Amino acid sequence: MSVPRYWREEKPRYRLMGEECAKCGAKYYPKTPVCACGSTEFKPYKLAEMGKLKSWTVIRNAPVGYERFTPYVVALIELDDGVQILSQVVDVEPEAVKVGMKVEYAFRKVTEDGQAGLLQYGYKFRPVVD
Amino acid sequence: MKTLIRVGIAGYGAYVPMYRLKAAEVNRMWGTSGEPVEEKAVVALDEDTITIAVECARQAVKRSGVNPALIGAVYVGTESKPYAVKPSGTIVAEVIGATPSVSTADYEFACKAGTEAMQTCIGLVGSGMQKYAMGIGADTAQGKPMDALEYTAACGGAAYLFGPAEESVAELEASYSFVTDTPDFWRRPKEMYPRHGNRFTGEPAYFKHITGAGKALLAETGYKPADFKWAVFHQPNAKFPINVAKMLGFSMDQINPGLVSPVVGNTYAGSSPLGLAATLDIAEPGDKIFMVSYGSGSGSDAFVWKVREPIKQRRGGPKVKSYIERRKYVDYATYLRHRGQIIA
Repeated sequence: MSVPRYWREEKPRYRLMGEECAKCGAKYYPKTPVCACGSTEFKPYKLAEMGKLKSWTVIRNAPVGYERFTPYVVALIELDDGVQILSQVVDVEPEAVKVGMKVEYAFRKVTEDGQAGLLQYGYKFRPVVD
Repeated sequence: MKTLIRVGIAGYGAYVPMYRLKAAEVNRMWGTSGEPVEEKAVVALDEDTITIAVECARQAVKRSGVNPALIGAVYVGTESKPYAVKPSGTIVAEVIGATPSVSTADYEFACKAGTEAMQTCIGLVGSGMQKYAMGIGADTAQGKPMDALEYTAACGGAAYLFGPAEESVAELEASYSFVTDTPDFWRRPKEMYPRHGNRFTGEPAYFKHITGAGKALLAETGYKPADFKWAVFHQPNAKFPINVAKMLGFSMDQINPGLVSPVVGNTYAGSSPLGLAATLDIAEPGDKIFMVSYGSGSGSDAFVWKVREPIKQRRGGPKVKSYIERRKYVDYATYLRHRGQIIA
């Protein structure tokens, strides 16, 4: 990811900031230019930080930049506010992942741009610590 | 030292990564028999000082209930900065929502960098320059393979959001800093691992500075060790904090809640802040806490805290104990992988 793109996406990725349609209230993450209702007016929306795992897969052959994290879990998560989000799930072994598992936001390093480039951070999810 | 305006801790947060390396596993690897701690915390593949600092900061903000836009300073104390040049504090401030009206910087003073950041925040709030300021101690400390530090150099941290004393969970009564140029531990630029002076790190370094700061603060405040319910000292291993507590006249009962090094290791800039967080997790209103950090190079910051009533409502979410009990053991090879020392 280029430095300007990373910088533009910092707030959504750091703070789990999505958008809410000003007309119908539909919530989006990531943001979309046009709502399903046709509206193009949105306001910032802070997503819920807890949710349940709906489905998942284990990545063993990772794309460039993610090889050192394999095997890792990528899951579809339904947040407590109903928004669905795709995210890595960390601090859990792939064989221990279960549908319905309660997960929460965690701030982690997503990838590194080589040895000298930017460290890129953002949200992931993990089993709830209580 | 006392502030012009009364200062307290508005909220605190702590974090310990999930993975652990047992001292027994280090001994298995090298055929040695040391056990300065039972085990130490190790980062996941995607964790570093910045992610640890963010975990701590987010919990501190959440517990305090403070609007993050009112936080006027975020200082991160660490000796394991992910970037050689680029502040960690900007990332933390951006995540918690403190930007752009905020001052940030990274502090370095070996294991004392966290309390140095806290002292600065206390000064800012105590002088009226800021209403809220956050000091964080966090590290992913480096221990060279086969070196004594390999048993103990650990990962973790704690964050303290300072604000007006009257709305705090613990008020600062006084603090004191004690510093000399004592080269017991250092790391030169581009070196992966620090060097240390072995036994020189004890008497003229750790014990001299902690007792120097501790005795001076007791004299300044007129308190005796028995006046405190709890005490926290920097924890480079399991033995040193116990010995220095005895030297200053504190008991095992006073230091036990905050003595996390046997099962977490030495989290360097996070060490005494993490011990304070573990103590605040169980403290009651009215309890007094005596705290002394130590950082090689060398120096100590000493603090007297008085716990206040809001503590009961502002320690929700995971406790230090929760993070300590959430653990997965790794073998030596996995430890090296997590520390980025084996790269495919």
